[in-house]
Amino acid sequence: MMEFRTPDEELGRFRRRVLIAGIFIAVCFGLLVARFWFLQVVRYDYYHTRAEDNRIALLPIVPGRGSITDRNGVPLARNYAAYTLEITPSRVRDLEATIDGLAEIVEIDARDRRRFKKLLEESKNFESVPLRTRLTEEEVARVIARRYQFPGVEVQARLFRDYPQGELASHVIGYIGRINQRDRERIEESGDEANYRGSEHIGKSGLEQSYEAELHGVTGAEQVEVNAGGRAVRQLARTPGLAGNDLELTLDIEMQKVAEAAFGKRRGALVAIEPATGGVLALVSKPGYDPNLFVDGISTEDWKSLNESPDHPLVNRAIFSAYPPGSTFKPFMAMAGLSAGKRTITQTIPDPGYFMFGGHRFMDDKVGGHGMVDLPKSIVVSCNTYYYQLANDLGIDGIANFMRPFGFGSRTGIDVPGEAEGVLPTPEWKKKRFRKKEHQKWFGGETISVGIGQGYNAYTPLQMANAVAALVNDGKLFRPHVVRHVVSPVTGERRVVEPAPIRTIPFKPEHAAAVRQAMVDVNKVGTGARAFAGAPYSVGGKTGTAQVFSLRGQRYVEGRVSERLRDHSWFIAYAPADKPTIALAVLVENGGFGAQSAAPIARQVIDYHLLGKRRDQPAGEDVDAADEGDEHAAHPHAGAHATAAEPAQPQAGGQEGEPRSE
Amino acid sequence: MTDTRFHPRELLLGFLRPIDLPLLLLLALLLGYAFVLMMSASPERIPSLQVNTAVALAAMWVTARVPAQRLLSLALPLYLIGVLLLIAVDLFGETSKGATRWLDIGVTRIQPSEIMKIAMPLMLAWYFQQREGQIGLRDFIVAGLLLVVPVGLIMVQPDLGTSLLVTAAGVYVIYFAGLSWKLLVPVVAVGVIGIGAIVGFGDQICQPGVDWPGLREYQKHRVCTLLDPTQDPLGKGFHIIQSTIAIGSGGVLGKGWMDGTQTHLAFLPERHTDFIFSVLAEEFGLIGIVVLLAIYVLLLLRGFYIAAMAPTLATRLLGGAITMIFFTYAFVNMGMVSGILPVVGVPLPFISYGGTALVTLCLGVGILMSIQRSRVLAQA
Repeated sequence: MMEFRTPDEELGRFRRRVLIAGIFIAVCFGLLVARFWFLQVVRYDYYHTRAEDNRIALLPIVPGRGSITDRNGVPLARNYAAYTLEITPSRVRDLEATIDGLAEIVEIDARDRRRFKKLLEESKNFESVPLRTRLTEEEVARVIARRYQFPGVEVQARLFRDYPQGELASHVIGYIGRINQRDRERIEESGDEANYRGSEHIGKSGLEQSYEAELHGVTGAEQVEVNAGGRAVRQLARTPGLAGNDLELTLDIEMQKVAEAAFGKRRGALVAIEPATGGVLALVSKPGYDPNLFVDGISTEDWKSLNESPDHPLVNRAIFSAYPPGSTFKPFMAMAGLSAGKRTITQTIPDPGYFMFGGHRFMDDKVGGHGMVDLPKSIVVSCNTYYYQLANDLGIDGIANFMRPFGFGSRTGIDVPGEAEGVLPTPEWKKKRFRKKEHQKWFGGETISVGIGQGYNAYTPLQMANAVAALVNDGKLFRPHVVRHVVSPVTGERRVVEPAPIRTIPFKPEHAAAVRQAMVDVNKVGTGARAFAGAPYSVGGKTGTAQVFSLRGQRYVEGRVSERLRDHSWFIAYAPADKPTIALAVLVENGGFGAQSAAPIARQVIDYHLLGKRRDQPAGEDVDAADEGDEHAAHPHAGAHATAAEPAQPQAGGQEGEPRSE
Repeated sequence: MTDTRFHPRELLLGFLRPIDLPLLLLLALLLGYAFVLMMSASPERIPSLQVNTAVALAAMWVTARVPAQRLLSLALPLYLIGVLLLIAVDLFGETSKGATRWLDIGVTRIQPSEIMKIAMPLMLAWYFQQREGQIGLRDFIVAGLLLVVPVGLIMVQPDLGTSLLVTAAGVYVIYFAGLSWKLLVPVVAVGVIGIGAIVGFGDQICQPGVDWPGLREYQKHRVCTLLDPTQDPLGKGFHIIQSTIAIGSGGVLGKGWMDGTQTHLAFLPERHTDFIFSVLAEEFGLIGIVVLLAIYVLLLLRGFYIAAMAPTLATRLLGGAITMIFFTYAFVNMGMVSGILPVVGVPLPFISYGGTALVTLCLGVGILMSIQRSRVLAQA
């Protein structure tokens, strides 16, 4: 209870309370001043820096990736600008709801959603992740009009990689894909992080991978003032980037087209080389794939169908798959025999239809044999007996030492990544190759098999083509290359990829001339005559058949087996015969006799090359086996034979294998 | 002295007669400051700021002309209307941003809680005036009830800032009316301990699952964000972090008018309203803050002087309470943007953009002027 007070006492108390309130105010304001002193004087440096950080962002200017064109300037890989719909997950509360909302405005199918999820898992939270690419103008307008409903959703103009040729030469060009964790680590290791700040794609295969450093360019930087929303409002400084260099290839995409069309649906590979330079004119691996699928991140189902297909479309058969060369090895064996002095050109041997070795009969394909056979005839009719004997005379080391300089069994060094070594078999190789003691011993019978291009030896189509190129180019072996010029789009400077001779193989010109003459005769009267009937030019060649023994690792699919068990068909060729401008090797998997499948493909390619003729249709299926000389009885009865390669499983690199019997 | 003839000088004097020049001068400084800051923070709002200012000054002038006793006679009806409108808001109000504060009365939308900021001290001052000479505990209980009803109505809208200001207005009147320290101290102590407990146990009570009795989720967030703004730098803590950066980076001298990067790059949220102080701190630095505080201090001193000299109990209480309300606005706002008080949505008095608040504050100034004038008249 309050006691009664006089008005004066009342006033006095009121004034005291005002005073106390004043003191309270002074304390509170003092507190504020202390706080501002702390923030603005004591911690000034800290907040100053924070404000600057807030303000300035360093944005990378991603350089345009270099384009790739063929030797005639036809674009094989290029960029185009398109709009993408992107989401920054950290700024979105409910991703599902946002995507559902966007799906009402633009078309977003299940595939887009799945890809988005996949990319989301790979990305960091603050990065924007594309949901839909290649928006139409109308879709862009619709999204922008309703963007306020979708915070964290942006429409971005981005450069996209486009492979206008689709599947054509896909194994050469390769593809780019989004930078994944592994790429990121590799970039960090190489110390190239700064240059990849802002880059979203990197070459994953083919030239896109091997020439990544040229194609990528130099990332520029832009200092911008940003607002709280992260939007750049003003440019402060700019270091321009440097666009990536363009690649001009030695490849003739028209020839590539002819070659791929000639393959039709068949699996296989073709390599065509300009002997004088090592420039690759065509490099085919069938089946191919559409590199455009990879650019924005391949969908799971596309990946599955490519990766699990029994045809292995992703494998570059031309450089990664090694096959026993079959009879295409014979011209080189002939060269070896001549060089070693084991044979002369005119020396003849009798061919009774078989060769006896160690109590085993190695059969020729012609029952009763070819009679008396000299070296040219041995090539023209593809006489096995001749080469069984020669191989025996040369010995495995003699063969290997002669073949090695041609590049057999070693990487050619082509500028397309992913090359396999192949196998040039020697006793040492076998020792290293097999772990079990009983498998390590080299048997004489194995040498016999190698002599006709069977057995352990296995070479890539590229190695075959390059060896042919060396044979017809006076022994000059080049490092094959697909890129001819590296062009700077800024300065216009053209860097020429010089032909890189590896070595000159020391064989006698007259020996080469004899073998080449025999190879020309192959196409006139021998195993290739049918395929090159009526050709208005002179062309050297040799058919071959590589055996397919093993089905290991392949699932048994009825109706398929018989086809997959068929032999691989080889054909090597060069033209024109006197002054070759093209050397090539063709392999058709399970194509049967070389003359049947591979030679007609070579014919179409050479027709195009020399005559400009194009057929653009599968070749050779109408051509009968004109090869009574080709090795029917390729399986030596003695069983001194092993398949070194598993051609039906090209991804194994053709170097896997086990001795089958001994 | 009075003359019926037209005389410009006399007319001007007549116009100025209700005006307290020191208050007008200080008010002019603050409003000038407001214009300078608004040109930097949000220049497109200058025209409407001019309108708001004109209306507010007119309201002040009209109020100042009304004798203090007449104002006090309006206390009860104003209070009752205010309470009725608050009930109406709770029943039919318009909802915006999760809170129901507005009432559409056909012509315009009004915010009845704003009326209470004036009506509350007026009502309590009037009440104590009625009981002058015999004020007892019973009267403080009645005053407490008069306070609790509208505050409760505002709280359920929910509007934490306004309920806080209305409570403060009422408490100040009760304090000046002479509530015994024995009662006052425990109440203050409970408040201090309560806040201390919240700060001390911030981590535990801010867990997502914990419900706070009587408070909405967003109010809990505001308090929790204050306790640890870094926990959610892009969301709830963003305002405080960015505003603290703005203040700190201003330094002693500031970045210069129009050169505040935080301000101009839109890092500062609500930079023309509740966070306009950060613009000032960033662009004019500690110097600018001290100048502002000095103006406020002078304004408060003048207010207290008027109150202390006021002729009646009611005018004294009213004057003191209004002065303290100005202080409360200023302190809570500055404490809020500098990160020592929760973000409760209290504007910087006379400077933050917002017509209603400015009119309310200028009505307060007008009341002070009216009190001052009533003293002059009483002495005359």
